[in-house]
Amino acid sequence: MESKKSCTGPDDDLDVKDSSRRNFLKQSTLLTAVALTPGTAMKAAAGHVDEQIAAVFEKMPLKMQVNGKQQNLSVEPRSTLLDILREQLHLTGTKKGCDHGQCGACTVHVDGHRVNSCLTLGIMMNGKKITTIEGLAKGDKLHPMQEAFIKHDGFQCGYCTPGQIMSAVACIREGHANSEHEIREYMSGNICRCGAYPNIVNAIQEVKDRGMAI
Amino acid sequence: MKQFQYVRPATQQAVLAAVGKPGSKIIAGGTNLVDLMKRGVTAPDKLVDINQLPLKNIGITKNGLHIGALALNSVVSENNLVTRNHPLLAMALKAGASPQLRNMATVGGNMMQRTRCGYFYDTTMPCNKRAPGTGCGAMEGINRMHAIFGASPQCIAVHPSDMCVALAALDATVVIAGKKGERRLPFTEFHRLPGDHPELDNRLAKDELIVGVEIPDNNFAKHSYYLKIRDRQSYAFALVSVAAALEIDNGLIKNARLAMGGVAHKPWRLFEAEKSLVGKPATEENFAHAAQLAMQGAIGHGGNSFKLKLAPATITEALKHAAGLV
Repeated sequence: MESKKSCTGPDDDLDVKDSSRRNFLKQSTLLTAVALTPGTAMKAAAGHVDEQIAAVFEKMPLKMQVNGKQQNLSVEPRSTLLDILREQLHLTGTKKGCDHGQCGACTVHVDGHRVNSCLTLGIMMNGKKITTIEGLAKGDKLHPMQEAFIKHDGFQCGYCTPGQIMSAVACIREGHANSEHEIREYMSGNICRCGAYPNIVNAIQEVKDRGMAI
Repeated sequence: MKQFQYVRPATQQAVLAAVGKPGSKIIAGGTNLVDLMKRGVTAPDKLVDINQLPLKNIGITKNGLHIGALALNSVVSENNLVTRNHPLLAMALKAGASPQLRNMATVGGNMMQRTRCGYFYDTTMPCNKRAPGTGCGAMEGINRMHAIFGASPQCIAVHPSDMCVALAALDATVVIAGKKGERRLPFTEFHRLPGDHPELDNRLAKDELIVGVEIPDNNFAKHSYYLKIRDRQSYAFALVSVAAALEIDNGLIKNARLAMGGVAHKPWRLFEAEKSLVGKPATEENFAHAAQLAMQGAIGHGGNSFKLKLAPATITEALKHAAGLV
């Protein structure tokens, strides 16, 4: 088993300094891609396989609703939902942890059900409704689960938190938050290397006990 | 991940036509396949998304309970017909993966998942399953998770499923569609032992499609238990798991079903142990005797030799739970 990515802290606060770091990374990645392209293209042309390659590399249309907003996108079939959310829609609240379905940091809701977006091909989400952590709050009013996580100190570094909260909301909606034991079992797909588990359980129990519609 | 073409056929005929081509692979939930593609363990040219097919149904037929191949693991585990008639299957499903993965993974995909052997996943290592002829890294390597039954010199990987262990115990049948029509295969014959061809996990042909599984009616609902022993309490693959189902009449065992996970290349049905229990009182002594019978032919390979003791203890414990002795 691979070692989990260590907690790196929030990597994308919406401040100016951080977004310029993000842009720098994007630009340098793009330059690298351009530098590599000609050789590949020449080889392809020489082998008369350019048409085939063009067909394979073709992007496909993807229509899905994300946090209530219709998105008409063009994606490579190999792009995961996670990468599309983060890189194309700039919804960087959803985190890439292990990228192999082992940590739960990438948890989002698809048609109301929690899934690992890192193991979901975006192209298979055509016609689906996606909710990410950005879609939980109503304007400036945080979702009750977000408030409970703050109140109960349900995180330290915060990297796993968006996935924890998406999972926690689903856990209650599914009816799997009836005891500490059940919450722990049904939150086992979300790993927290800081070890905030007791506080996460407390946050979920409070929201569950208040019995509000979430 | 390597580029690939993606198609989403609307009919079973179109799926069957597409999957027969070399380099094509079916994708359903994708929880295992996408992971394998990211790691370069497999690199299909074309993915055939079968999610448009109407294969999510769960219902009673003349052959028992039919579960469509695209029914989600989470949905099956909470379905009333399943929890009422076959609680063993619900328990096994809930013991597998995480809630998120169970919301994605399908019944057919669960059957088709590959081993989690580290040498299979690491493309820099020898592995006869991933690259036939390169050798088995696990045989003399790190083999703590590996098989104690039915292994060959070519491969000691185990099948990782929990669901399949329950279906093997419950005498399920696999319904398979091909170009020439449907065929049925006993669940215990669906997966194969590694032999000289560990690259083949099962008997599904490349141009075939699992359309569902059927579980015959039984009287095990009152006395069944799935016991999974693992390194952490949840969200981990089995070191050893046992599906135990008993029909008890006036304290005597009328019928028994036993299968183990985490010990072989396929769900490991314990026919001899089952037979030994029939007609006997449901006692710990009889369970322990059955467990000893079940261990005949077991071979440890160093790292996994602890399973030689863990497996019979798990069988006994699972039977005690099933019989209501715990």
